[in-house]
Amino acid sequence: MPAAMFAIDLQHLSKSYGPVQAVQDVSLRVPPGELFGLIGPDGAGKTTLFRIMATLLLPDAGTAAVAGHDTRGGMRAIREVVGYMPGRFSLYPDLTVAENLDFFAALFRTTVRANYELIRDIYEPLAPFRDRRAGALSGGMKQKLALCCALIHKPEVLLLDEPTTGVDAVSRQEFWQVLGQLKARGITIMVSTPYMDEAARCERVALLQEGQVLRVDTPAALQAAYPVPLYAVRATGSLYPLLQSLRAYPATRTVYAFGEEAHLSLLPAATAAATTGTAEADLLGYLARAGHAQVQLRGLTPTIEDTFMELLGARPAATAPTAR
Amino acid sequence: MKAFLLFVRKEFYHIFRDRRTLLILFGMPVVLVTLFGFALTNEVKNADVAVLDFDKGPHARQVQARLLSSDYFGLRHYLGSYREVEAAFRQGDIKLAVVFPAGFSHELDHLGHAQVQLVADASDQNTATSLVSYATSIVRDYARQELPPPAPGTAGPHVEAVARLYFNPSLEAAYTFVPGTMALILLLVSAMLTSITIAREKETGTMEVLLVSPMRQLPFILGKIVPYFLLSFGNALVILALGVWGLGMPMRGSLGLLLLETLLYTFVALALGVFISTRSSTQQGAMLFSILSLLLPTVMLSGFLFPLESMPPPMQAVSRLIPARYYIDILKGIMIKGLGLRELWPETAALLALAAGLLLLAFRSLKSRLA
Repeated sequence: MPAAMFAIDLQHLSKSYGPVQAVQDVSLRVPPGELFGLIGPDGAGKTTLFRIMATLLLPDAGTAAVAGHDTRGGMRAIREVVGYMPGRFSLYPDLTVAENLDFFAALFRTTVRANYELIRDIYEPLAPFRDRRAGALSGGMKQKLALCCALIHKPEVLLLDEPTTGVDAVSRQEFWQVLGQLKARGITIMVSTPYMDEAARCERVALLQEGQVLRVDTPAALQAAYPVPLYAVRATGSLYPLLQSLRAYPATRTVYAFGEEAHLSLLPAATAAATTGTAEADLLGYLARAGHAQVQLRGLTPTIEDTFMELLGARPAATAPTAR
Repeated sequence: MKAFLLFVRKEFYHIFRDRRTLLILFGMPVVLVTLFGFALTNEVKNADVAVLDFDKGPHARQVQARLLSSDYFGLRHYLGSYREVEAAFRQGDIKLAVVFPAGFSHELDHLGHAQVQLVADASDQNTATSLVSYATSIVRDYARQELPPPAPGTAGPHVEAVARLYFNPSLEAAYTFVPGTMALILLLVSAMLTSITIAREKETGTMEVLLVSPMRQLPFILGKIVPYFLLSFGNALVILALGVWGLGMPMRGSLGLLLLETLLYTFVALALGVFISTRSSTQQGAMLFSILSLLLPTVMLSGFLFPLESMPPPMQAVSRLIPARYYIDILKGIMIKGLGLRELWPETAALLALAAGLLLLAFRSLKSRLA
């Protein structure tokens, strides 16, 4: 496909802040109408990528094109057709819901009425609070209002930087439903999230770590990419001693905390033995000797997060992305 | 255009919904003018005076009578020796001592000149300066009015020669404080508040959203400036009215010219505000920067509180960059001296140059991206 066919086309982007390399040789292509996810922990470079795409930052190296315009030369053109929602709440807290919406509509030389159709589903639950100051809204409502404001000019490309961070579970569900509807209208959406469970809602995701793309694929392919059988282990008491014991276990390949459980994979030799059931018996015996009571061991279907952890080479649990 | 008007309306919402901004906007001018005009006056009334008369002649008595019949001085003690003068100062009883040396009347009659010693408590330097000048001018007047005119070719009788105090012989405090306060308030309201609102857009992240929109820099800046321009001008009118009707400032020159110069000065201040805002990313930073770069230099180096003439040359050079300095001169020129543009063009030209320079600086440091 020629470059102009992509709604977002990033080629070999690099950006550093002083000695900190925020983004390193990132290349991504998003065709029009795709719901694309940027997945990665804090500091992975998601916000920097968004700012480059939104023409707010120039990359040190590489090129970025959004909606067919280069971010360097086509800044004005991009700013007409892009809807951008920054990572933190960026509306006027001292203006009311309606005033914020009117203001952003006017900013893009349109009116709320002209494009109400597009935001109806998101705005309706907000409508009863139209005269409330935006600063007094709940987290979920704030994000819905921010999305309304980013959508009010019918953008071709929607850039959403962690729109669901700090939002309750129900609102997050609703938010993703809305994104699905917007995608159905043909809007290209680039969305980032630190939550792995949300990645499954995207058509394709890019896994980011320390400014680099680890892998780009569909969520299903990412799940399927996990190479070996995976186990969930839990025991009474706190997780930490269990993790310590598992790390010391000779046949352990990777182990990391995942919510209340430890996710464990075993070395190939042990994995081969697992078909006969002896590997699991060995492990249970080892854990019992190590003093862990009521150990439960079950086989797992890997999630995207497991694949992500696998790609990271199972780093210490402390740097693992949050799972919810 | 509609976007611009809505932007201006949004700014007014910000102003009228923020109590701090409102307080600075409308509270500060009134408080400052009143403070400077009434409370912090360096005008002196009924200051305690001691008289030490070694002469006891007719002239000494008459000079005393003149001094004490003025509003400025009230007799506290007749003293007998220098030691008592010193004691009275130590106790803080008196602000000024007038010493007539022995032979004062005799010398004045026969030589045509004589000396009076004025001793002031200079721990309060402003009061001391005022008292000495009041007393000097009274003594000087006496010599001129009461003594026979000099024979041609000889020096006239005099007691002490000092420069006459032009335009403000009674040293009315309002004459210095109203122009100074006006210059200060206009600068603070225009520059500080503008820079803070722009910094606030950066701090809350709304700047990011504004940047990623079709709105250009110029309408953004103008949209920020217009509300404060209007409000500052309203403020200027209030301060002027307070000064003229409340504090007895004269208005001898053209009101039209005064308002035009005020607009020019406000413009300089707004350009300064925009410039500051391009340099600071937080409201606190903008506030600090404003205070350091606006408030202090204006108070210290504009001639508002401290005379420029007595400053070392480097400070005087710096003061040439202080817009308030020129505006204060212009205000005084128009209001007190009744001057017109013919006399005030150098100051006006200086303000114009500052406006152009600052505007250039501000627009050059404005960014259409984040970094």
